[in-house]
Amino acid sequence: MATTEQRIRTLVNNQSQPIGRARKNLFKQRFGTFVLYILAILVALAFSLPFFWTISSSLKSAAELYVFPPTFLPETIRWKNYSDVFSLAPFATFISNTVIITALAMVGQIISSAAVAYGFSRFKFPGRDALFFLVLSTMMLPWQVTIVPTFLLFRYLGWINTFLPLIIPSYFGSAFYIFLLRQFFMTIPRDLDEAAKLDGASSVRIFWSIILPLAKAALATVAIFSFLEHWNEFIGPLIFLNSPEKFTLSIGLRYFMDNPFEGDEPREAILMAASLIVALPPLILFFAAQKYFVRGIVTTGLKG
Amino acid sequence: MRKTSRFGTRQQRREAIEGYLWVSPWVIGFLVFSLGPIIASFYLSLTKYKIGGTPEWIGLANYKEAFTVDKLFWPSLGRTAYFSVASVILGVLLSLLAAMLLNQEFKGRNIFRALFYLPSLTPIVALAILWGWLLQPKLGLINYLLAEIGIQGPGWLVDRVWAIPSIILISLWASVGGGRMIIFLAGLQGVPKELHEASEIDGANAFQRFRHITIALISPVILFNVLLGIIGSFGVFSLAYIATGGGPNYATWFFMLHLYYNAFSYFQMGYASALAWIFFLIICLLSFLQIKLSKRWVYYEFS
Repeated sequence: MATTEQRIRTLVNNQSQPIGRARKNLFKQRFGTFVLYILAILVALAFSLPFFWTISSSLKSAAELYVFPPTFLPETIRWKNYSDVFSLAPFATFISNTVIITALAMVGQIISSAAVAYGFSRFKFPGRDALFFLVLSTMMLPWQVTIVPTFLLFRYLGWINTFLPLIIPSYFGSAFYIFLLRQFFMTIPRDLDEAAKLDGASSVRIFWSIILPLAKAALATVAIFSFLEHWNEFIGPLIFLNSPEKFTLSIGLRYFMDNPFEGDEPREAILMAASLIVALPPLILFFAAQKYFVRGIVTTGLKG
Repeated sequence: MRKTSRFGTRQQRREAIEGYLWVSPWVIGFLVFSLGPIIASFYLSLTKYKIGGTPEWIGLANYKEAFTVDKLFWPSLGRTAYFSVASVILGVLLSLLAAMLLNQEFKGRNIFRALFYLPSLTPIVALAILWGWLLQPKLGLINYLLAEIGIQGPGWLVDRVWAIPSIILISLWASVGGGRMIIFLAGLQGVPKELHEASEIDGANAFQRFRHITIALISPVILFNVLLGIIGSFGVFSLAYIATGGGPNYATWFFMLHLYYNAFSYFQMGYASALAWIFFLIICLLSFLQIKLSKRWVYYEFS
């Protein structure tokens, strides 16, 4: 009885001042939205100011770069910094090396990871779940633990200062992508492959003409992460490559940083321009394929 | 009736063989590039092996050297722990706050999400160069802005005390809005609105709702990120290697730099392998502790 009484009282109280409350709520809401925008803009500024500063610095002359207090925008825009990047270091070679390694490693990583994921999602075999658990646990294995013997192995094979150490390991599937693709393959109805099997299709054919075409979105996600992984890779090239004509962009950039070239001109502006050239493809890719990024991160729970 | 053995019907056996064939690339890769090297590195850690020579069995002498003789060992471990704890706690906290901000309903939040995410796409070398210039003590933007509000900025990367905080700052900039924030955001969006509404009616204030609903429900996500964060940040290498090379005066000489220089500058493969195994054990211990502790305070919806 008491509860009913209370409810009625609440109802009555609420009805007695509906207009004032609504107004108050509206004000609260508007004010809240305002604060949200201010916060969001501040955070966005903190994240984008370094980019802005790098772009601005990359277009300044060496003299202007050393002016204090610094100018926010270059007084005269010096595009030549960007062409200097190519004339002062074998930057075009770095780019083509990076493109070759990235492309070959990506192809291997996508195909092998998809094949392994197909095995885990469509076949029953003893020890399958334990094996899959093992795949997941290798995601936790840090590269540092295996780097010395891996280096010795590649040295024994004569692969040091070739692209092979940066490409071949990708052809054995990667835990992260195997997991992502397996989760996706599990959602593809089995009726499709059962029907194909009755028609006498082999598992290779089912994989190639049923599973892969239906998994385009997941494959695109894997392709994007694989691209970023190889484009940005630093440690592998650092350890396995040692002559500048074999360098990738990431260590080429560092080579640029450490080796002053002809003349005494300060080279920070050119270095900034070079950094932006290296950083540009991942940024473009992100804007072109945002939804795949988010999906990939969310389904795998791994960092991008 | 089909003939069956203890391995099942012929069809089942065939399926199993096919299954093994499909997963065999990974198994081979695992043996050659993971398990083999782990075992090999344990063997090497018990030897004195300078590249080009032959491994010479010395038992646990490398481990003994690391723990008792090597003057850089304990400090490098301490620095790494300092970096790890500070960057993971701050990083998880800030990512969570950023995700909560983006979880509010306002126009254009997808644009903000993209802006927050961009730094995490910057290649590590570009990151080091970009921030090296921003944190330049005399001409850098950061110290200029600080001077404008009357603060004399420190030497950042070239200052012994400020070098690690600088590396933390750079790695926070690059990671706060990245994958971790996106995962938190997905976690927050999974928290049912009815729970918030119900508790609001029960008189819970905003902080209580945050503490008892949001945090409680996404705690597995937080845990996962703390675990991953610590393992990831314990291996801090590239940023410090490029930005400071371990300096000034060993101020950013993290454990991985110690391992790297021993292996690839001094070519002490045996000693470097011992360092790698110590690192491996630390990571295993951390994962184990995290999992044990998590059972106490993590909420699982389906368990």
